Amino acid sequence: MSVLTNNLDLFLSTFGQTLQLFAISAVLSLVLGTLLAALRVSPVPVFRGIGATYVTVLRNTPLTLVFVFFVFAYPLLEIVKIDAYTAAVVSLSLYTAAFVCEVVRSGINTVPVGQAEASRALGLTFTQMLGNVVLPQALRSVVPPMTSTMIALLKNTTVASGFAVVQAGSIRDSLSEQGENVLLGLLWVAVGFVILVMPLTYVQQVFEKRWSVAR
Amino acid sequence: MSMVLFDIPGPKARVRHRIMAVVGIAAAVAAVAYVAMRFIATDQFSSRRLDWINYKQIQLSLLEAIGNTLTAFAAGAVLALLFGAIFAAARLSDHAWVRGPAAVIVEIFRAIPLVIMMFFFYYGLPVAGVKLSAFTAVVISLMLYNGSVLAEIFRAGINSLPKGQSEAAYALGMRKTQVMTFVLLPQALRAMMPTIISQLVVLLKDTALGFLITFEELLRWGTRIGNDAPNFGRPMISVMIVVALIYIGLCLLLSWFANYLEKRNRRNKKVIHLDDRAAQVQVAESAAASA
Repeated sequence: MSVLTNNLDLFLSTFGQTLQLFAISAVLSLVLGTLLAALRVSPVPVFRGIGATYVTVLRNTPLTLVFVFFVFAYPLLEIVKIDAYTAAVVSLSLYTAAFVCEVVRSGINTVPVGQAEASRALGLTFTQMLGNVVLPQALRSVVPPMTSTMIALLKNTTVASGFAVVQAGSIRDSLSEQGENVLLGLLWVAVGFVILVMPLTYVQQVFEKRWSVAR
Repeated sequence: MSMVLFDIPGPKARVRHRIMAVVGIAAAVAAVAYVAMRFIATDQFSSRRLDWINYKQIQLSLLEAIGNTLTAFAAGAVLALLFGAIFAAARLSDHAWVRGPAAVIVEIFRAIPLVIMMFFFYYGLPVAGVKLSAFTAVVISLMLYNGSVLAEIFRAGINSLPKGQSEAAYALGMRKTQVMTFVLLPQALRAMMPTIISQLVVLLKDTALGFLITFEELLRWGTRIGNDAPNFGRPMISVMIVVALIYIGLCLLLSWFANYLEKRNRRNKKVIHLDDRAAQVQVAESAAASA
């Protein structure tokens, strides 16, 4: 317990950094992932190809490799200089966007074709069809897996500890520098993550139960 | 592909699509050309920076690194499947004192980031006098995390079987264990096979996290060669492209195997087709649980 109480500032500030990293990457990956999903369901084969290539490459690459690329390899190309924190945000966002894209796409695909055909037959415009018919139905099958994707993103922020970005995973470095008990410190970090993740898992299960009945 | 959103295009839409296709191709080509230009401008593919491929010793160390990654994957996969099977069985138990703790353990290990687990086993345990090698720490972490996810997959598979299956088996006078091993498990395993394999893809990717605790796997090999300034002038770009291609190749091979099994399942009449939506959510969930 003393490891936690003696270093409470450290724990609070690093978990704050984790949440900040998570929030920025979550917003960016949601935006990019939705754009990619739009590419993947578009009627133009070239767009679909671009989206599919992105998703295939990023989904089959380990996140650590994406990090290594942006931290060690990207600076060699001398395009725009980015610091370690930005590199972490970029890696997490690009990687998670591929998963967000797949969730959104499969959500749209669960809406029966008849729904869209019926709304077209009624003379709805594309925007009306999307906003009033397809998306509300797609949302139900999107939210539970999207919550899992976001939980995964939250846990993935710890990968940044290998790349000199301060967040909950880097508590270990600070503790071992101070000669504190690393074993207990890491247990407290684990407890912290369980506390952060459990409510999200609970929310996800509630949504899943409520909306699986409704359809 | 999805045809939910768009009607079959008429003549005007076809022209529009063609214009968009041209724009799309142009944008993609421009992006690729820009990156290629940067590669050439910073001289990433000079003969000095590609020279590492020619050394026999480096080729052998590459093979060894791939071997280490695959060994960690194989050991982790076998142990995770075992762990998953045991804890799925425990969570489906009739006794609350087995079910409860199993549920808590599975939920906790699913919530802790894999990196923290690896740190715990590699940097934390020596404090208590237990010294584990990086390989052992990686394999144990992979087992605990992916095993917990697999336990949930197994449980979902068994729960989504029609109730009539177990009822009929009980009516025939089978015991609990018999119902599970002869009736429920074979069907659930077949139906969940694609999901299980996509979780194994996740496990394969997660071996790269061993990089963070100095496990000598493919990615660490890549950074070692890639940072070699005196001999090859930091060929990080070319090495990382090779490493990425190997990872993508291995993962695609596994995914392709999953797809193949799924297709074969679809033709096979012995397989009970689960509720599509439940299975889909499960797939999405396990895909998202990746690191």
